[in-house]
Amino acid sequence: MFGWEFPPYSSGGLGTACYGLTKGLAHHGASVTFVVPTKAGSSEFVKLLSAADFPGKSVRIKGISSPITAYMTSEEYEQVLDQPSVSGKAAKKVYGKNLWEEVLRYAARAGSIAKREPHDVIHAHDWLTYKAGIAAKKSSGKPLVIHVHATEFDRGGGNGVNQGVYDIEKEGMHSADRIIAVSGFTKGKIVEHYGIPPEKVEVVHNAVEFTNPSCAEPPRISEHDRVVLFLGRVTLQKGPDYFLYTARKVLDHMSDVKFVVGGKGDMLPQMIEKAAELGIADRVLFTGFVADEDLDRVYRMADLYVMPSVSEPFGITPLEAMRNGTPVMISKTSGVSEVITHCLKADFWDIDDMASKIIATLHYSELHQTLKEHGSHEVTKFDWRVPARRCIDVYNKLLC
Amino acid sequence: MVSVCFYFQVHQPVRMRRYPVFDIGRDSDYFDHKKNEQVVKKVAKKCYLPTNRLINELIRKTRGKFRVSYSITGTALEQFQEFAPEVIESFKELADTGHVEFLSETYYHTLAYLYSKQEFREQVSLHKKMVRKHFKQTPRIFRNTELVYNNELARTVEDMGYKGILAEGADHILGWRSPNYIYQPQTSKKIRLLLKNYKLSDDIAFRFSNRGWSEHPLTARKFADWVAAAEGQTVNLFMDYETFGEHQWEDTGIFSFLEHLPSELMRHSHIDFRNPSEMARLEPVGKLDVHHPVSWADVERDLSAWLGNRMQQSAIQRLYELESYIRRSGDKGLLEDWRKLQTSDHFYYMCTKWFSDGDVHKYFNPYDSPYDGFIAFMNAVNDIVIRLKTIGMKSKALNSCYVLPPSIVGEI
Repeated sequence: MFGWEFPPYSSGGLGTACYGLTKGLAHHGASVTFVVPTKAGSSEFVKLLSAADFPGKSVRIKGISSPITAYMTSEEYEQVLDQPSVSGKAAKKVYGKNLWEEVLRYAARAGSIAKREPHDVIHAHDWLTYKAGIAAKKSSGKPLVIHVHATEFDRGGGNGVNQGVYDIEKEGMHSADRIIAVSGFTKGKIVEHYGIPPEKVEVVHNAVEFTNPSCAEPPRISEHDRVVLFLGRVTLQKGPDYFLYTARKVLDHMSDVKFVVGGKGDMLPQMIEKAAELGIADRVLFTGFVADEDLDRVYRMADLYVMPSVSEPFGITPLEAMRNGTPVMISKTSGVSEVITHCLKADFWDIDDMASKIIATLHYSELHQTLKEHGSHEVTKFDWRVPARRCIDVYNKLLC
Repeated sequence: MVSVCFYFQVHQPVRMRRYPVFDIGRDSDYFDHKKNEQVVKKVAKKCYLPTNRLINELIRKTRGKFRVSYSITGTALEQFQEFAPEVIESFKELADTGHVEFLSETYYHTLAYLYSKQEFREQVSLHKKMVRKHFKQTPRIFRNTELVYNNELARTVEDMGYKGILAEGADHILGWRSPNYIYQPQTSKKIRLLLKNYKLSDDIAFRFSNRGWSEHPLTARKFADWVAAAEGQTVNLFMDYETFGEHQWEDTGIFSFLEHLPSELMRHSHIDFRNPSEMARLEPVGKLDVHHPVSWADVERDLSAWLGNRMQQSAIQRLYELESYIRRSGDKGLLEDWRKLQTSDHFYYMCTKWFSDGDVHKYFNPYDSPYDGFIAFMNAVNDIVIRLKTIGMKSKALNSCYVLPPSIVGEI
């Protein structure tokens, strides 16, 4: 299996999904070799995901060095290379000069790994690994499954597509023997934008981990304030700007609400400025990156979790919020909205509707309570063993 | 002799619009006029008009041997008047045949009986006036919203002068007994209880077009044979009128089924047709004791479709808490809006029992989710509170109804 991140070294849903899926696969008796690109210091990483963490047959982590993270754009990658710790002649020799070189280098290594590691199926997660998947297929001749967690049309947030990324995505999809999409929403994009026949694409919805330790009641931010939470990468795709406009609208009518923006991303500085510009700087808290161990506490602190994504292929965070008994409001343009019913749904651009629903949830205690109770119950059906089973069915069909 | 007794429910709620909190105190129009018009026109064309035409033909062809009964809600009739007056005309023609009976119910199709006896009586009386005016007959049989029924209701309705009352023939109230007999409610003296034969009724209303059903396709002859095999005094076939052409589309063959049903039934010499009033003249075979309300909804046959979760309970309580203020205000517009909000459908839309009965609920729900239904409803209730205050109604209790802050709803 080729992936780009694996907890704890992950910056979003992709790592979480790979972790849950491989754990589910291990439960069903599949033996998984998981290849991740890492910077130096991967020993820690391997230790964390030792065989003992998983029941039955183990997942093995193979690291090959690369400074890329899953959500990096080409420009960001060049910035990383310019950092003193990475730059210098030696570094530029080790790491590719840009993202494309890196992807190719990774693919070449992946090919040789595929020669050494015994396997029946190759499974590649998202665009950065597609070339690796293709290389592995060439090298071992085994069937290739492409798992689409996002497309370039989601990441751009409607603001254009990087042609290079698109080409890799398209190449991966066409080379694949089978494509797994994380939602019907994503399948639609694959069919519409990449010219793939619908019958080649299998929809397998994500799930959520239930291994969170019961944590103590989180501290209140303040005694009187209710808390509305945004949590995710602060990028165009996730709609943080819509969250702030909605906050402004709510605060026009209520004063005792705090809006928390958890996570980091390229839009963070701009969003901090935006909050000030809207005159709500004192009502919006920016937490920066939220570490995995703090996640559950942050969700529990909130009275409502809002995911206003412009384009969300799946969206595991609402499930994480529901797991913590926090009501959620999600964008209709998301994969997760296909599979959950006990939540509020809104169009990400409809500020009035979102604000109205936030006010209603904070004021009508029966609404809050019913969302909480039914949501906590509904989320229990999202067990990673279910999508893992579906993946195994996909493998079996390819192998027979 | 086994008598087949048909009763069809004709109902259209006045659907609410998506009513955001920001409209509270600013816009007191809670209803989606466009959508109501669309639905009523559509159902008139697909169901009411063609089915009425067919029933009329069948009555005339059999010279009244075939006969049916209806209950038409006030909210449906008002909307026919506004959007499809030809539907009222066709019901009048049915009334003119002399073989069609109209039953009583609450004008606004409400659960008022459970919350306010006074409101219940007033709505039944409003409805009775409506039936008299349009169809020139005085109803003698009562059916409560969604066939909600218990002993106490039967007594109340008996006191109001009714000769018979309809209820669901649910297994848990019947036990070993059959729904095909006339019963007497445990604590009443004379009123007769007619029970729905839910197996045979639901064969038509729910299973007719189900290809997964082992009896599919259901022919009129097969169905008539089942009815002929039934033991007892009566087979009560109670269902939504929208079954014909709306729940079961024309291409399922539902109209052809209905067209052939009377003649197929009459092939059996021991079968005839009677309306509820005629059935209520028969002697009951025994008493039936029903304490907890029973209804015809979902597998539970109880109130959980309308009052199963906290949102539903709270929404309906808050609405009825306003009753005394609404009455004292003497404001006709307020009274009418308040009553339209009582229609049971609004609470049905807030149902969260989606795991077992989800399909039916989703199909009839104008909202994306029960939560949206609750929000629109509670916002409207808040607006009504503001209107009451604006016209000078004051009390502490009214302040406690006031669940949104002044910054949203404005200082009164």
